[in-house]
Amino acid sequence: MKLSEVHRILRAEILVDAGKMDKDVEMAFGADLMSDILAMCQEQTLLLTGMTHIQVIRTAEVSDLAAIIFVRGKRPGPEIIALAKEIGIPLLLCKLTMYEASGLLFSAGLSGIHRDQEPHRRLKGGGKL
Amino acid sequence: MEENFEQTISLQFELKSHDFVQAGEASSEIRRRLKKLGFASDVVRRAAIAAYEAEMNVIIHARRGRLQVEITPRQILIIAQDEGPGISNIHQAMQEGFTTAPDMIRELGFGAGMGLPNIRRFADEFNISSCAGEGTSLKIVIYAGEG
Repeated sequence: MKLSEVHRILRAEILVDAGKMDKDVEMAFGADLMSDILAMCQEQTLLLTGMTHIQVIRTAEVSDLAAIIFVRGKRPGPEIIALAKEIGIPLLLCKLTMYEASGLLFSAGLSGIHRDQEPHRRLKGGGKL
Repeated sequence: MEENFEQTISLQFELKSHDFVQAGEASSEIRRRLKKLGFASDVVRRAAIAAYEAEMNVIIHARRGRLQVEITPRQILIIAQDEGPGISNIHQAMQEGFTTAPDMIRELGFGAGMGLPNIRRFADEFNISSCAGEGTSLKIVIYAGEG
């Protein structure tokens, strides 16, 4: 689903388009817990969140997320928008709750993350002292 | 790799306690450098996430600390060292959901007891050592997938 379609379905406001509204997203994830996002999201996931602090942008950056939708009309501050522009992460704002926004996107065919593709690792050392 | 490099590239970042505005800048810079060096996106991503979780841990829990990164074409080594309370029970700290973070940190969406398990999830090698009352040291290695 293209970001422009996400924008239309959620009747969202575009805060940062980063020239990427034509970009396709294949899956989405909704969370306020940064660590859940870091643990669960594959790259190019669309994130829905109710958090608007600067670490949301940093979390999206290191996780290579496709875009961020702020739900419940929670508007991030100008420094957040400036950082997203600098990094090139699209930001959208919608008035719907997380549940409603997720439901609309899911019904329109945007799936959740693929659980069987959780980040792989080939751990040696096992976290021992 | 777009940019050939033969010598080890070393980066170092000083981290300040409770600096939630700058938090993540070190990891962001590490990610940029790795991308520029031409590492595979999966390698860059795993290194960036592990570095970010380690950076946040220092900022949340310690008095001060630093991230050191040594990059070679074969692997990325990230060392996070801090002066802080240390971890008295590492086995417990490695369990998902165990946390000692205060409410203020949890309100930011961190401190859910996922940081160390996440680092272990993304790392190819992971070692932690800690001395209660003194500090904690993490060694994280991400293989670059060559050879």
